[in-house]
Amino acid sequence: MHKDIFKHYPANDRSNLIAILQQIQDEYGYLPEEALQDVASFLCMPVSSVYGVATFYNQFRLTPLGKNVIRVCRGTACHVKNSANILTALESELNIVAGGTTRDKLFTLETVACIGACSIAPVININEEYYGRISVKEIPKIIKKYKTEAKKEISNLESASV
Amino acid sequence: MVELTINNIKVKAEEGMTILDAAKSVGISIPTLCHMKDLFPTGACRICVVEVDGMRGLIPSCAYPVSEGMNVLTNSARVRISRKTIVELLVENHPQDCLICVRNKNCELQDLSETYSIREHRFVGEKKDHAIDISSASMERDPAKCILCGRCVRVCNEIQKVGAIDFTNRGFKSNVTTPYNKGLNVSDCILCGQCILVCPTAALREKSHIKAVAAATNDKSKFPIVQIAPAVRASLGEEYNLPLGKNVTGKLITALRRLGFKKVFDTNFAADLTIMEEATELISRINNGGKLPMFTSCCPGWVKYIEQNRPNLLPHVSTCKSPHEMEGAVLKTYYAKKMGLNPEDIFVVSIMPCTVKKFEAERPELNQEHLQDVDAVLTTRELVRIFKMTGIDFVDLPEDEFDNPLGESTGAAAIFGTSGGVMEAAIRTAYFKIAGNHLDKLELEDFRTENKVKSKSIKINDDITLNAAVVNGIGNVGKILDEIENGDSKYHFIEVMACPGGCINGGGQPIHAKPEKIRKRVQALYEIDANAKTRRSYENESVQKLYNEFLEEPNSHIAHEILHTNYIDRKSILKRK
Ligand code: SF4
Ligand code: SF4
Ligand code: SF4
Ligand code: FES
Repeated sequence: MHKDIFKHYPANDRSNLIAILQQIQDEYGYLPEEALQDVASFLCMPVSSVYGVATFYNQFRLTPLGKNVIRVCRGTACHVKNSANILTALESELNIVAGGTTRDKLFTLETVACIGACSIAPVININEEYYGRISVKEIPKIIKKYKTEAKKEISNLESASV
Repeated sequence: MVELTINNIKVKAEEGMTILDAAKSVGISIPTLCHMKDLFPTGACRICVVEVDGMRGLIPSCAYPVSEGMNVLTNSARVRISRKTIVELLVENHPQDCLICVRNKNCELQDLSETYSIREHRFVGEKKDHAIDISSASMERDPAKCILCGRCVRVCNEIQKVGAIDFTNRGFKSNVTTPYNKGLNVSDCILCGQCILVCPTAALREKSHIKAVAAATNDKSKFPIVQIAPAVRASLGEEYNLPLGKNVTGKLITALRRLGFKKVFDTNFAADLTIMEEATELISRINNGGKLPMFTSCCPGWVKYIEQNRPNLLPHVSTCKSPHEMEGAVLKTYYAKKMGLNPEDIFVVSIMPCTVKKFEAERPELNQEHLQDVDAVLTTRELVRIFKMTGIDFVDLPEDEFDNPLGESTGAAAIFGTSGGVMEAAIRTAYFKIAGNHLDKLELEDFRTENKVKSKSIKINDDITLNAAVVNGIGNVGKILDEIENGDSKYHFIEVMACPGGCINGGGQPIHAKPEKIRKRVQALYEIDANAKTRRSYENESVQKLYNEFLEEPNSHIAHEILHTNYIDRKSILKRK
């Protein structure tokens, strides 16, 4: 629980704000609204200022990540290989915009400045896996794969619980 | 003292002075946006840049101190181009709908665009596009018009110490907003409107009631009545370039009649009534071991603050409605009956220096049999807009007098509009009620200073010495509240006004008030008091008559029903811990 994190810090000392937020994010994978409010009262600062800091830094997330995180590389090499089209295709396939998470919480779509795999541009990565020299056509198939996996997992869980 | 040169003019300046102030002292003006007097400079907007010999880049004059032998250029080509570019970028990222904007002709961005002769669109690109926050009852936030100067954030955080809004995100997405962009009504905001007073554009503005008022004054089946708060008469003249601090009550009454109001009454009448109720409540708390200290309740910004932040202390707040609500309540009961009017037809408009009063007027507790006590609230600024629209040439109007009986008032009521005024007024009456004779020295100078927290002990008789405190600016109330929570408050009675200086500097007053203007406004109120025929609320004959004919006596059962209210624990509602 995030309240335990507070134990390591003095109350009322704003200089620890970022460290506390980082630890909360490590705990939950994102910064829940309730936690931000607790941080504000713990550090005696307005919620608006905590929220301001949380939105200023790209490292902080205010919504939980989906089960699968898709990162689309928007670096120069990928850009010349039309990564913009890949992003658009993913956005329409998932019906969200970059930065968003699908309603079923299966996918989060993000862009990154450069993944560091320029030799196989355009490239995306999903969780730990890289997909290089990818084309718009392949996208529905890839997404489907993750959807099927998720379904399988659920039915496994269901049969296990019976 | 240091000596420097600004634009080839020799300037003597005090050590530590900024270049900006030094330039000003010799008649050189430098534009500013993020700069706020008396607050630590942030150097955020860079519109104030100047060239200094020996420095590579341009430097922000609002944040840079003078030094011996410095050579400054405030008007070089390089400086002008840099400023002009900043203005162009701001203008291009702006809706540019000046013609239909509430701040048209009273906007710092417009002024800058004019000053730097912006005549073409040099940059074209995506503009920010944010929804307008209309969630609160008093204010609108239109972040598309925000130029991110940060002045509202600083007023809210550093002066009011509320911290309802702050910068969020960054780069193109930067925005000044509430947590999770959820809207002012569910934020920590108390709707005091101090941020409106400092906003250079229309990004912050009051929620207009002009349409509702126009509809009511045009509706033949309605009986529109208007009342004027004390602070409005001392500031309205500024909008017409009348001498600062001129009391314009007479013209104001004429103008309001011309707008179609059937009766023009004075909130000051109800201020006297408030004093009768509040002083009686105080004495009864002292005599019967009630909760002390008792807080005043006439400032709805303060009431909202304590409801949101320290609901545990609500029993300390007087149950009296604020004066304009009392006036409305009396109009829809006593006055309606006396005049044979249907209360449903009465439309009560309050002209207030305040934005929170709009929120207050909508509070469900403040009604008579499901009719709100007050139907619409106009700020001083909105009133000026209506006068313009309706062709009222304010300056040339003849003077008129308030209608009666709800137009009579004493000097004690007039000073409600300034910090310390309610306290002085209450003490005049409380003293009489306890000691049985008039207080001789009516002016309590300790409460007339510009201090943020003022206090004084007043010996009333051998048994009772009243310890009183006055707080203005909601950011200064914290310590007093802590003392009460810790059980070591020495006070009996505490006046709190959310706005620095009190209503005279309220969030609904003319924009860009300078401290000297505020001082003149305050003086105007004290003069009204000094010159009044009667100066003690219990001497108001119409109020006495109201008690004789209807309310029986202060704090009677019926007075409680009509003139008192209850409060809400908003901390739980906002789920704050
Ligand atoms: S109205 Fe007052 S409390 Fe609300 S944001 Fe503005 S300054 Fe802050
Ligand atoms: S809302 Fe107004 S005062 Fe606040 S940052 Fe924007 S322009 Fe400045
Ligand atoms: S001090 Fe006056 S103007 Fe300011 S919020 Fe209170 S009642 Fe309104
Ligand atoms: S006014 Fe000096 S940096 Fe903004």
